[in-house]
Parts: sequence; C-alpha cells; structure tokens
Amino acid sequence: MSTFSISSKTKEDIQVLELNGELDAHTAPELEASITTLIQQEQYKIVVNFSRLEYISSAGLGVFMAYIEDVRGLGGDIKLTSMKPSVYNVFDLLGFPTLYDILESDREAFDRFKTDNK
Amino acid sequence: MAAVSTYKLQVPASTQQLALVREFVTSHAKEYGFPEHEVEEIRLAVDEAMTNVIKHAYRFDDSKTVHIILGKQKKEFWVAIQDKGDAFDIASYKEPDVSERVKLGLKGGVGVFLIRKLMDKVEYSRKNSHNEIKMIKKL
Repeated sequence: MSTFSISSKTKEDIQVLELNGELDAHTAPELEASITTLIQQEQYKIVVNFSRLEYISSAGLGVFMAYIEDVRGLGGDIKLTSMKPSVYNVFDLLGFPTLYDILESDREAFDRFKTDNK
Repeated sequence: MAAVSTYKLQVPASTQQLALVREFVTSHAKEYGFPEHEVEEIRLAVDEAMTNVIKHAYRFDDSKTVHIILGKQKKEFWVAIQDKGDAFDIASYKEPDVSERVKLGLKGGVGVFLIRKLMDKVEYSRKNSHNEIKMIKKL
C-alpha cells in the first residue's frame, strides 16, 4: 500500500504542511482533509513542502487544482516548495508553473507571502 | 513475429493496489533497460490508467478485478490494463484546459492527457464487454 503522511507546523501566520511518501488516488484524500481543515480554521496562508515526497500522480495535483482559487479569493495562497525533479516534472507537464508559486525553499515562500501583502 | 515475453498481475479494483501495480511496472521497466526518467513516465502513466479504471469503469467497486499485462519485445515495452466495466469513450475525449479547470476548482480530469504525453502510443479497444488500454513505450 502507498505510504503517505503529513506533518505540519506554524510559522507566524503561515501554515506549513510537509508531505512524506507517495501521493496518489489512495492517499490524496488525506491531503485534501488537511487543506480543507486549514480553510475551515481560516488559515489561508499555506506552504506545502515537498522535500520528502517521492511520487505524485494527478490525483495529488487535483487537490491543489480544487482549492487554490478559493484560498486566493480569501486573501491567501498555497505555495509549493522544495520539489524533487521527478515530482516537479509532473507539475510542469500540466503547466502548473505559470499557475502556482513553485519555489525552492520555505524561506522563499515566507518572503513571497510578505511581498504579496504589500 | 518478434519474440515477446509477457507478465501478468491481477488485483482488486481498489486504490489500495496502486502502489503494488506501480512497483510491478517499475521493476520490469528498469530491468528492460529504460533510463530512470522513462521508468518514472511509465510508472505514472500506468497509475493514471489504473486510477481511471477504478474510478470510472468500476466506480470504486473493489469486488471487481483489474488485469495488468506487460509485454517486452525487442524495441517496445507495453502495458495493457483490462477491465469489464463501463467503457471509456475516447471519441468524445477533449484535451483539458488546465488553467480553466483550476479557475473553476475542478479536481483532476487530466489523467488521459498525462498518459498521452508520457507514452509513445496509446490504444483503446473494447471486445465482448472487455475494455483495454494499451500503452506503448519504445526503447
């Protein structure tokens, strides 16, 4: 079975989700639950760190497709960081780099949230 | 006719099986001699096709069975996924507008698009209520 887990932390008003393992149609509902929980808690500044994510299929990408507009409409964003090349390639094939902030590190994402607010 | 070796796996139509199917395909693709990035492409294409069967052909009914057949010929590696569920109508398929789908908050709907990008050739067939998607990659 696919192994997947999410750990989370808070940096000031920014919520960071760290993904571990494999994100596919079996494990994507877990990520969806984490993101919808943050939205319900009115936490709209979200960073998703991919450094420990080994694999993603379109079911995983679908979670980001489903919520990004809602979160942006509420004044926040979902910024994606630290992807391995094999994971980035999947986002790239679907043209995500023009639609999402995909950054090298969490630090860059935090800085980007500060500039977004100006 | 060129010599062909085939390998088969059958699993319940459940997303729980995706990791096992990926492992099956990955180990054969590596052994066949594909470079790492092409092994990853085959792995993703098969996952997308298998997910579509579970979701659309069998509507998450895990009492149904999916057959995965893998073939190795001299210069061609193929993976066929077979089911007896609802057929996919490739004739009415339209390439998705990803940015439009994101604007509308639509989840996914990009699996077939990925499969076509990742593999060299994709064939669909339906015979006696058996559906098959055959995905081919050349070495």
